[in-house]
Parts: sequence; C-alpha cells; structure tokens
Amino acid sequence: MKRTVLICLLVAGLSLTGCAGQQGSGGSEQGGSGSEKSCDIKNPPLFEDGVLTVATDKPAYPPWFEGNPENYSGFEGEVANEVAKRMDLPIKWVVEPFNKSYAPGAKDYDFDINEITITPEREQAVDFSEGYFDDAQGVLTMKDSPFAEAKTISDLKDARFGAQVGTTSLEFINETVKPNEETKVYDTTNDAKSALESGQIDVMVTDLVTTVYLRDFEIKNSVVVGQYPRNEQFGMLFEKGNPLVGCVNQVLGKMKEDGTLQKLKEEYLQQYLSVPTLKK
Amino acid sequence: MLGGRAVLVSSVSTILFFAVIAVIVVLAPGSEIVAQRFFSPFHLRQSIVGTASTPSVVGAFLLNVYIFAISEVLILILALVIAVVRQIPGPVFFPLRMVAIAYTDIFRGVPLILVLYIIGFGVPGLGLGFVSYLSDVTYGIIALVLVYSAYVAEVYRAGIESVHESQNAAARSLGLSRWQSLRFVVLPQAVRRVIPPLLNDFIGLQKDTALVSVLGSIEAVRAAQIYGASQFNYASYVVAALLFVLITIPLARFTDRLIARDKRRRQAGAVA
Repeated sequence: MKRTVLICLLVAGLSLTGCAGQQGSGGSEQGGSGSEKSCDIKNPPLFEDGVLTVATDKPAYPPWFEGNPENYSGFEGEVANEVAKRMDLPIKWVVEPFNKSYAPGAKDYDFDINEITITPEREQAVDFSEGYFDDAQGVLTMKDSPFAEAKTISDLKDARFGAQVGTTSLEFINETVKPNEETKVYDTTNDAKSALESGQIDVMVTDLVTTVYLRDFEIKNSVVVGQYPRNEQFGMLFEKGNPLVGCVNQVLGKMKEDGTLQKLKEEYLQQYLSVPTLKK
Repeated sequence: MLGGRAVLVSSVSTILFFAVIAVIVVLAPGSEIVAQRFFSPFHLRQSIVGTASTPSVVGAFLLNVYIFAISEVLILILALVIAVVRQIPGPVFFPLRMVAIAYTDIFRGVPLILVLYIIGFGVPGLGLGFVSYLSDVTYGIIALVLVYSAYVAEVYRAGIESVHESQNAAARSLGLSRWQSLRFVVLPQAVRRVIPPLLNDFIGLQKDTALVSVLGSIEAVRAAQIYGASQFNYASYVVAALLFVLITIPLARFTDRLIARDKRRRQAGAVA
C-alpha cells in the first residue's frame, strides 16, 4: 500500500515538473500599452452596457453630493450627471470605499468620483481623467484651541494632527508640516472628526471644501485655520488601461470650454473657498 | 527497526509534497505579479526600515508589544477577580454574583471593535474629569482588558469548577477558612489546569492589539496600511504578518510543551 502511494506521488510530481518546463509563467496581460487607447463616444466600452456606472463612497458628503443616493446632485454628483447626459447614457450609482478606490485591480464600475486627488503614485495603479477641480488642504481646529489663531505652518508644529489614512492630507502633514507630536491616522474622515470633537487631536486636515462644510454644518465651535494649496487636482478614477478615459476627457474638455464646469463650481462650491492661505 | 525506513519515506514524501506545491504556485497565472506585489525585496526592506513619509512597520510593532504586555497582566488579574466573585457562596453576595455574570455576558457579547469605538470615541466626548483625557492607547488597553477579562474569567471558572469538591472539603475539615481553602488549595490547582487555554486566549490577544489602530495610533498593521496606500505594494502587510507570527510561535510551542507535561503528569498516576 505504502509503495503504491509512493509511486503515485512520484509519477504525479514528475509529470507536473515536466509541464513546468514549457509555459512561461502566465498572465501578465495587463502590462500592455500604457497610453490612452482611443474611445468612440458613440459606442464607449462600458462596465454594463447602456448605462454609466459611477462609484462614490458612502456616506457621501455635501456639497460634493446632495440628495438621495439613487440620484445625486451636488458638485460631483452633477459633474457625473453632466458627463452621462453628454454621452447619452443613464447613470447608475454604486458604492466604493475611498480606501479601496485607488488600489490596483479590476473595478466594478466605469469610474469613481470621490474627491480623489491625482498623484503619480496612484497613476501607477489606476487611470485618471483630466482634473475637474483644483483642491487645497484645509486645516480645522476647535475655537478654544491654542492653534485657532495660527497664521503659518510653523505655528502648528506642536499640534496633534489627525487625518485619514492614504490621503494627500496625511502626506501634507508628514512632508510639509512635520509636527513634533505623532500624527494620528484614522480609517475615515468621520473618525478623525470624532477625534477632533472629543479632544483626542488638536487639528484635523482634509480637503478644503469638506473642511469648511464641517465647520459650517457639522462640528460646532470649530474654526478653519487656513488652506494650503499644493497644486492638486481631483480626477475621476478609472481601472488601469480603461479606454473610457478618452471619451470622458473629451466630454470634460467641452464642459470646461463652454463654462458648464465653472457654473457648477459657482453653484455648489463658491461659499467654501474663501479661506486665508497658511504661509510656510 | 522503523527508524531508517521511516526517515527515508518521510523525507521523500516531504520533498515531493513541496515540489508539487512549488510547481502549482509557479504555474499559476499572475504569480509574477503576486511575487512583485507581496514579496518584492525592495519593498520588504522599505517597509521594515521606514521612509521619509511612512513609518517603519517594525518600529510600529513595538506599540503592539507594549499594548499586549500591559493588557495581559491586567487581564489575568481582573479575570481572576471576576471568576472568584462569581462563585462566592451565600445569599448576601447575590448581587455581586449577578454583576460578575452580567459582566461576562455583556463583554463576551459585544464585539471588541464596538467596545473600542464606545470607549475610544465615546468616553472622551463626555468630558468627565480626567477619565476623558487619557491617550487613545490607554483607551485601547482599557477596551482590550474589559473584553478579554470576560473570556478569561470563564476559563478560570472552568478551572475552578474542575477541581473536585473533595479538595475543598478536605481543606475545610483541616480547619482552613473558605478563603484560605480557595487561595491555598483550589486556585493553585485550578490555574495550573487552565494554563493551556489561557495561553490560547493570549495568542488571540496579540492579534487583537492591531485593532487599537482605529483610535488613531500607528501600530504595525496601520503602518503597513500607510505604506501600502502610498506605494501600492503590499509587502508591508507581509512584514506585519511575519512579525505577528514570529511572536506567536514561541508562545504556541511553550503551550504545547505545557500540555504535554500536564498529560504526562496525569497519566503517570494511572499506570499502577
């Protein structure tokens, strides 16, 4: 019995080793030509035929998204709606957590629109459309905090900072501010917000518009210390190599030309942008 | 004699087994990209050493060790108190027994991550004296101790109840009081019996220290996540996983040795 088992194992092992000789290791089909493939706007390659599947996080915050999740308005909601309208497609909203969105791999949607900053590191893993909004970092603290009156980055060196993991806000804190206390890193902006309210951190950083929105509507007695622009833009996020980027860029280009994008910005975002700039 | 042949058979079997696995892994589609994404030496080294904008996973692991060391001691003490309180006889102690039972029910019922949120975000928000101004690591340790003490208390209780009542009866008849009997006769036996399941719970505790990261501090898993989010390479997760396994192995082997020794002791008496 033992001898039979041994012989079977031997034969199995040898035959599989034989197979290994031939094939190279399979599957790096994704390498491909990184450049944008052309996209026919009348017949675009969609995740689900006949509908534009757009993803964002849940909960989605105003003023980026307003109204009910079947039919978002708000700045990013309307940008996506406009893109769908110009491509003559109905829009379908799905959920994708921010932390997963810029990870490499196949996506279950056509694109994700969720205040995602275009960075060279992320571009290795996913594709972005052209930028549709110039972002700055916003710094938020409580009214009675010693840091509420800060005018420069160095005024904030002794503060306890908090931000969401994997965001450019965290990069800004680690690379530009370099605070003396260890930065607290949270799973979501919501957790950072709770930490700020309960005094676990002094200062919280997220994108400028969200920062002002939090001050105005969500966190009582908070104050925006300032903004810090870093030449960052939000882009719509696509699976790497998805040719749909070309079509969306065409549409976005027209929206910029004919002023639609500017109009949406004025309608939803203007009140959130007048914030003093922090000096270095 | 079995020796020589057994060794030969086990060696051949081991070699073949791993050869088959290696072949399957190499042949699998995408294995190149898996090797690059999870095992790239450059990224393994970067995550161990740390970069300008990402913390070292190994350095952050010291926080896990710190949390584990402190929690472990506190859990052993608190759980013993709860287990003892639970079995105090006498009607006058009924409320205390109820509290002990309710404690183990509640804290074994609520998920650890929920307790972390309630204590780590809820308590600071209350603004109550010094209790609301502790560090988030302290809140994390409090949550871990509360939850694990409930589990460990039940383990102690199993040990206490497994000591035959005749031990207690003999101690009492020798003139020892209830507390003395508990302290000198029952508990030493009870605790010795449950050392393997206790160690098992502590192996679990070592992993759960990673959850304290939801409260903001950067421990090994969060450090790995920060690296992964900025570099899109998951070698940092592999490093964190290896670190956890490395501290588990000595504890696991030690537990095995204790179980074997206990088994030898018990069965030694049976061969008469």
